[in-house]
Amino acid sequence: MSSRERVLGRVRRALAGLPADPVPYEEAVARAYLRQHGERSPERTVELLAENLADYRALVHRCTAGELPAVLAGLLAARGARTVLVPPGLDPGWLAASDAERVADRAESTPAELDRVDSVVTGCALAVAETGTLVLDGSADQGRRRITLVPDHHVCVVRVPDQVVASVPLALERLDPTRPLTWISGPSATSDIELDRVEGVHGPRTLEVVLVGESR
Amino acid sequence: MNGTFLGMPAFPEAAREAVRDERLRGNLRHATHTIRAKRAAAVAEVSDWAELREAGRRIKDHTLRHLDRHLLRLEESVTAAGGTVHWAADAAEANRIVTALVRATGESEVVKVKSMATQEIGLNEALEAAGIRAYETDLAELIVQLGDDRPSHILVPAIHRNRAEIRDVFRSEMAAWGRPAPEDLTDSPAALAEAARLHLREKFLRAKVGISGANFMVAETGTLVVVESEGNGRMCLTLPETLISVVGIEKTVPTWRDLEVFLQTLPRSSTAERMNPYTSLWTGTADGDGPRAFHLVLLDNGRTDTLADEVGRQALRCIRCSACLNVCPVYERAGGHAYGSVYPGPIGAILSPQLRGTASGIDASLPFASSLCGACYEVCPVAIDIPEVLVHLRERVVQGGPATREGTKVVLRPAKGHAAERAAMRAARWAFGRPGVLRTGQRLAARTRRLHPRTLPGPGRAWTATRELPPVPAEPFRDWWERTDGGRNEGDAPQDPEETK
Repeated sequence: MSSRERVLGRVRRALAGLPADPVPYEEAVARAYLRQHGERSPERTVELLAENLADYRALVHRCTAGELPAVLAGLLAARGARTVLVPPGLDPGWLAASDAERVADRAESTPAELDRVDSVVTGCALAVAETGTLVLDGSADQGRRRITLVPDHHVCVVRVPDQVVASVPLALERLDPTRPLTWISGPSATSDIELDRVEGVHGPRTLEVVLVGESR
Repeated sequence: MNGTFLGMPAFPEAAREAVRDERLRGNLRHATHTIRAKRAAAVAEVSDWAELREAGRRIKDHTLRHLDRHLLRLEESVTAAGGTVHWAADAAEANRIVTALVRATGESEVVKVKSMATQEIGLNEALEAAGIRAYETDLAELIVQLGDDRPSHILVPAIHRNRAEIRDVFRSEMAAWGRPAPEDLTDSPAALAEAARLHLREKFLRAKVGISGANFMVAETGTLVVVESEGNGRMCLTLPETLISVVGIEKTVPTWRDLEVFLQTLPRSSTAERMNPYTSLWTGTADGDGPRAFHLVLLDNGRTDTLADEVGRQALRCIRCSACLNVCPVYERAGGHAYGSVYPGPIGAILSPQLRGTASGIDASLPFASSLCGACYEVCPVAIDIPEVLVHLRERVVQGGPATREGTKVVLRPAKGHAAERAAMRAARWAFGRPGVLRTGQRLAARTRRLHPRTLPGPGRAWTATRELPPVPAEPFRDWWERTDGGRNEGDAPQDPEETK
C-alpha cells in the first residue's frame, strides 16, 4: 500500500463514525464578519493606508502624476543610489528625471549581481488600507519576486485611489491566485531579541511608498 | 518527534528546574507580558473579532470533517500548477523523501524557513546524518541552532535568551557555520540583527535548495502561504532552484476566500500586528520567477490519530499563532523546554500527547501541565477548548481506554505513576456507596482534625507539594443537616469536638 493510500485510509477511518454531512461548504461556514471595518470616503481610505504604512515605518510620500518623475529622482538621489533595478514593464517616464543607472533583471543575472544594486522601483497590484499592506503580483511593472527582496531600498508606487482597497477580504477577491503574490507591510523586521523590533533583517531595510493621485 | 527532545523528564521535573532559573523567568515574564498587552490592543481594533473567530473555527472543522476530499483536491491543484505531491505517513518517511529530493539535486546544503513541521520530524538531524547541512534562517532559529539549543516558543523560539546571551552565542559559534560575527559585536538588537543579516546573506545568495513549511494550503487553487517578518522566508522561497515544503495535512483550507479570515486573525493573535511584514503566496511553479521545481510533502505523523479522537481532534484547528503560550500562567513560569516538545505551552500540552501518544513519561505528564484557568481558550483565534481536551487526556492517562495509534484502534492501559490516585478514587467510590462507613469516617476525620498533617505522606506527597491540603470542618455536613434540620433550626454552633474531651 502506498503512503498516499495509507494516509487517506486513516483519514476515512477516523471520520467513519460521524453522521452524514450533506451541507455544502458554501453554507457550512457563516461569514458573519465584516467585508471592511467602517465606511470611509475614498480619500479617507487613502489617508488610512498612509497612516498604517507609516505606523509600520515605511516612508510615505504623496504627489501627482506630473510630479512623480521628480519625486522618484529625489528619493534615489537622497539615498545616493547609483544603480536602480527596473522591472520590464515599468513606465519609462517614471524614472525620466533620475540619472541612476538602470539595471534590468535578466534571467541569467545571479542573486549576487542583484545584491550589488542600490535601489529598486516598482508599481504594485493593489494596497490594503486597514493593514497598511502593499501587494505585488509579478506583473510587468513589478517584476520577479527577487528584485524587491535583494536590494536594500525599495520604492513602490501606488496609484490612488484606484489601487487601494479597504480590507483583506476586498483585496483577496481582486487577486489572481495563480500568480506569485508578495504582501509587504513595512520594511523587513524582527522582534526575536527580547521582542525589541528591529527593521531590516533580510529584506529591504528601507521601504518608501509613493502615493500618486490627481491631487496631493 | 525531534530526536533532541527524546528522553526528556516528565513535566514536573523539568518545570522544577526551570522555575528556579531567575534569569529564564525574567526573560519569559518580560516577553509574555509585552506581547500579551500588544495582542489585546490589536484584537480590540477589529469590531468583528468574535465573528472572525467563529468563522475560523467552522472553516477548520469543516475541513477536518471532509479532510480526505480536500486533500485530494489539493493534490490535484498543486499537480496541475506544476508541483509534485508526496505523502508521508510518519516522520521517518518524510525525512526519507526530503533527503532523497535534496540528494537528487546534487547539493549538500539547504536553507530553511522556520517550520514547526520540520522540527517536529527532526529533519535537520536526518539531513545531517545524510551529509546535508541545513541552515536555519529565521533569526531566532539561528540563535537556537548556533547555541546547540532547543526552541522554547512557537513564534519566538529563542524567547528564553536575552541579548547578552545571544551576543555570546554569535561571537563563539558563527565562525564555525560561515561568516564570523564582527569583532566588536555589541548586544544591541540592531547590531545582532545586522550580524545575522551578513552571516545569512552569503547562504541565501548561493543556495540551490530551500525547505519550508506553510501556514495554509488552499485546496481549491493549490496555493501555499507563508507568513513571516524578516524576509528570510522570501529568500528561501524565491531564490533557490528547488523548493521543498513539508506541511501537516491539517494546514489545508478549502477555498481561496478562506484566507480572508486567517490573514486577519493570525497576525493579530501571534505578533499583535495588523499584518506581518511579509506574506508569500505561491501556486506550483511560475515561469521564470522563483524555483523551477516545487515539491509538497504532506505529513501525517500522528495527525490522523488525533483526527480519530472526537474530543481531541479540535487541536488540529490550531494555526500556530502561540497566543495561548503568552497568556498561560504555567508556561510563563515553567518555560517552553519543560514541555519536552517543539509544541510548548497549552497547545503543546494537548497536541504532543495526541501526536506521539501518552506512552512516555513526558507525554503522560503533559495533560496535567495546566491550571485549567481557561485563558488559552479565551485567546484562541480558532476557539480550541484546550481545557476540555486537557481533562479528556487526563482521563485517558489515568483510566486508559480506546485510542488510535498509527491508524489502528487500541485500548490503552492506565499510565504508570497514577496508581495511588486510582487507589484513592476506588476507596472513595467504595465509601460513598456505604453511608454508615462514610458517616463514621467523616466523624473520625472531624475529631482528629487537629492532628492532620499539612502535607500527605507517601505517594500523596507529590500532590500536596504543590497544593494546600483542604482543612476538615469541625462538624460533618450530614451531622449539621440532622442537627439543624437543613439550616431551618440553626442552634448554637457545635463545640469543636476536640475541646469537649
